[in-house]
Amino acid sequence: MSATTQETLEREPWTGPTRHYDIVKEGVIATFVVLVLTVVLAAIFSSPDDPALTFQGWAKSAPDNLYATTVAELAGTSDSATYGPPYNTNGDGQAIGPIAPQKWAGVHQPVDPPNDFVINPLSSQQQPADVADALVTWTSASADVQAGWATRYDTALNDPQGANGDATKVPAGVGGPVPTLATGLVAMATSGALDSVLPAPGQFFTTDNTKQILFLGDGSYLDDAGTANHLQGNEWGMMNETGNFPGQQWLAPFSFWYQLPIFNSDATTGVAATMTANADIYILAIIAVMMLLVIFLPYIPGLRSIPRWIPLHKLVWRDYYRSRK
Amino acid sequence: MSTTTARHEFAPAAHPTTWIGHLRGLLERKLPYEKLLPETQPSYVASWIYVFGVATLGALGVIVASGAVLAFEGPAWYHVSHTGLFFNSLHFWSVQLFFFFMVIHLFGKFWMAAWRGNRAKTWITGMLAFVVSVGAALTGYVVQTNFDSQWIAFEAKDGLNATGLGSWFNVANLGQNLLIHVFLLPAIIAVLVATHVLLVRVHGVVPPIDAAKVEAPPVPTVPEREGVR
Repeated sequence: MSATTQETLEREPWTGPTRHYDIVKEGVIATFVVLVLTVVLAAIFSSPDDPALTFQGWAKSAPDNLYATTVAELAGTSDSATYGPPYNTNGDGQAIGPIAPQKWAGVHQPVDPPNDFVINPLSSQQQPADVADALVTWTSASADVQAGWATRYDTALNDPQGANGDATKVPAGVGGPVPTLATGLVAMATSGALDSVLPAPGQFFTTDNTKQILFLGDGSYLDDAGTANHLQGNEWGMMNETGNFPGQQWLAPFSFWYQLPIFNSDATTGVAATMTANADIYILAIIAVMMLLVIFLPYIPGLRSIPRWIPLHKLVWRDYYRSRK
Repeated sequence: MSTTTARHEFAPAAHPTTWIGHLRGLLERKLPYEKLLPETQPSYVASWIYVFGVATLGALGVIVASGAVLAFEGPAWYHVSHTGLFFNSLHFWSVQLFFFFMVIHLFGKFWMAAWRGNRAKTWITGMLAFVVSVGAALTGYVVQTNFDSQWIAFEAKDGLNATGLGSWFNVANLGQNLLIHVFLLPAIIAVLVATHVLLVRVHGVVPPIDAAKVEAPPVPTVPEREGVR
């Protein structure tokens, strides 16, 4: 081969020495080997399948927490009730300074926690007389009165100097129908009825679990189960799986950022507090930039030259380099 | 029309005037059979690193096959059937292998600077296939209909909502995610992977970074310039 430039070699069809290479045979063998490997792994290790949590399970294992969460839904103080878009307008969601795509996108999956999580499910079933009366009292009242009842009861229930989460210590008469409604919903959950009613009361088909997921996440039941399975974001949970199975390992570059103190802070004020409260959008912005850099790496000076500066390619092509000396 | 129409041998027009003629001409120029299905490769195509690309394709095949069985039986089948659990396990482990092979393939191609010689589109389609595969895996995890899918849906929604995407891509919506996982994303991956493989065949396997020095050592080569080659 005469005065051939590297650029010509790369652009033109190869005219140098060749070797027999059957890519079809290689593909068939590779697929077969992968299939065998998969069968062996599946047969030995199986796959994870921890049963889904249920509202019945929540009601039986942590009834006080379900009760308090129900009160918070009625009072509008739960995470879902204050979430903002795409569920409601009770918050702005996350933002990077003035850049607030969550707010801009608006409400696309309306969720009204007091009605969707509590009142509608209760109303869809035959209830004991006291719960039925409480429902009538609640639905007959104005929104302001409802908010007053629920807020007063929520405050009294969670008063560290008072009831401190114990409903039996809340003074009688506080909250109007709220305690009866909460008790009714816990009873409904205990019976198992809430699990099937919550997604779409009165409907035959259900394919959307948004309401169940949001309500479940408002209490401590789901969170405690995540902690027990090492799935929390600040312990690389994004790439963990239940049991000892590998999870989404490919999310490591994503999960990494959640481990940084700036995105994982207990601070209530200052930069760390802002970054932690808006961690998702900051980290996704970082990931988007990283992704674009990698996708368009062939066009980025410096980055595309790294393989020349760190010549690991000599390992890949060591036989070729050696044989042609 | 006569029922005794004579059979004709149509020779390709030297200068096609139809769209299909132009398409045929393009394919004949860019991807003749000897390029599409070659029996030889350059002598430098001799490393284990080349196996990981085809292994990724093999794993994708197992994913599609096991996923097809799961699709016909429904998302809750594997909770109650040993056979279902086995097919779910095949699907689970083939996904793990798929990403394992693909990441090694990606790293290998990075250190080989495999985008040289007008091969940037090959790199980009490969990276896009990786990104879409991450989405396919995420939707797969949220349609498991078990505790893990509850947890992932609850956690992942915040990131998606923060970008505004959550308004249309709702990980808590099982029906939506099943459709995206079983049809939409696999279809996109299939197109990207097919394009990626065809681009590899069109441009051939990238020569070694120091190939010019090896092939013509006595002759000074033109200094390599920065840029996409």
